[in-house]
Amino acid sequence: MSDVENPGQTPSLRHSWAIQRRVIGALIMREIITRYGRHNIGFLWLFVEPAIFTVGVTLMWSALKAVHGSDLPIAAFALTGYSSVLVWRNMPNRLVGSIHPNLSLMYHRNVKVIDIFAARVLLECVGVGTSFFVLTLLFSSIGWMELPEDPAKAILGWLMLAWFGISLAMFIGALSNRTELIDKFWHPFTYLMFPLSGAAWLVDAAPPKLREIVMYVPMVNGVEWVRDGFFGSHFLAHYSPAYLIGWNVTLMFLALIEIRYASRNLVPE
Amino acid sequence: MIRLVDINKSYQTRRGQNHVLRDVNLTLEMGQKIGILGRNGAGKTTLIRILGGVEKPTSGRVERDMTISWPLAFSGAFQQSLTGYDNLKFICRIYGKDPEEALPAVEDFAELGRYMREPLKTYSAGMRARLGFAISLVVDFDCFLIDEVVAVGDQRFQDRCREELLVKRADRAMFLVSHNPGFIRENCDRAAVLTNGTLVYFDDVNEAYHHYQAHSLE
Repeated sequence: MSDVENPGQTPSLRHSWAIQRRVIGALIMREIITRYGRHNIGFLWLFVEPAIFTVGVTLMWSALKAVHGSDLPIAAFALTGYSSVLVWRNMPNRLVGSIHPNLSLMYHRNVKVIDIFAARVLLECVGVGTSFFVLTLLFSSIGWMELPEDPAKAILGWLMLAWFGISLAMFIGALSNRTELIDKFWHPFTYLMFPLSGAAWLVDAAPPKLREIVMYVPMVNGVEWVRDGFFGSHFLAHYSPAYLIGWNVTLMFLALIEIRYASRNLVPE
Repeated sequence: MIRLVDINKSYQTRRGQNHVLRDVNLTLEMGQKIGILGRNGAGKTTLIRILGGVEKPTSGRVERDMTISWPLAFSGAFQQSLTGYDNLKFICRIYGKDPEEALPAVEDFAELGRYMREPLKTYSAGMRARLGFAISLVVDFDCFLIDEVVAVGDQRFQDRCREELLVKRADRAMFLVSHNPGFIRENCDRAAVLTNGTLVYFDDVNEAYHHYQAHSLE
């Protein structure tokens, strides 16, 4: 089975890249209009929505601080924790079951499954990233927390976590086209993963035996990395960049295979 | 040119494989107009999807160096919650056209008036067909896939379609699928009949028509 475009000549990589950029750009614009409309603050909801969640969680955890009393900067702890959850939870949420409603777009030859995924995941990534960034500035300016001690480290950690979120999203998104069970299990899975993801605790606080086990959870390594950049002098961070990157590469590879499988087995209405 | 070589397509069903296309071969050059006759369920839509590249064949090869339209008269290629204008912008962006430049032509052909700025879901079937057709003319494909365009639209719309496609764009390729033999006889220079997934060619459109008639009575 093969599908030959322009037989006899290979389309240049640069030309394909130009088309792909154009298509993803068009899909992003379309997504913004269909998802947020042109009412009230429009596409600003993209980051206001995750920001509301994060502020809520930060307030709640700050209130509980009195009870559990540690010298950790609690606002920074909540902000880094919850922003990290958004990264690996919201992006896959956007891609699960996203092929079916967009099937008719496949009638435009340049639009591929990966473009639809890229548009949605980039938009979500920018949303949660902006929310994290804006809240960091906001919380620091009103004195809830200090600015990150090592911004470069915090950004790198977040980017690695975002890479994880994107890969996971693309893998789960493509897999959900194979069976709707993914849709059913993904949501409970995110709830169960929340307490395991390291968002609400520090690895160092766990007993050494348990510490070894939780370090196998990829998200834990990402959160610890980001926190090391934010308030590394207040605690001992435990994370392995190589381990997280290994996950990212593997997941991205599996995602591409699964996207290829989904693309070949599309049945539009 | 578009060439289909030994195309087979089957779908997995609960009761085993459903073989929809069997060893289909087809070549379409610029300027050629081929009509495919077939009853409901003969595999016409599947054939169109494979030509358009929406679906991949189970086996066989597809070669194309022409740009191919989406199946005209098919409104699924549009976003129902967006306005006609937003749909135009989206499609122009995908195909690298300037929407502002295209707008007057689309407004003229689609005759939507103020509905150009209303969501597609408020349109009638005829309005959707006009908009879809107008936008596809803007993109200016080498080959137009036409799936039962006669079913929608009034006489005026059909006349204008014919003028735009067959007169002004006589140099383009056309792939017309219908179960209306009269339409194919009028507009195509070659015809084939699709029965149970097998494509039988006829040099003469009338012969194809007779074959189709004979088989449709079976």
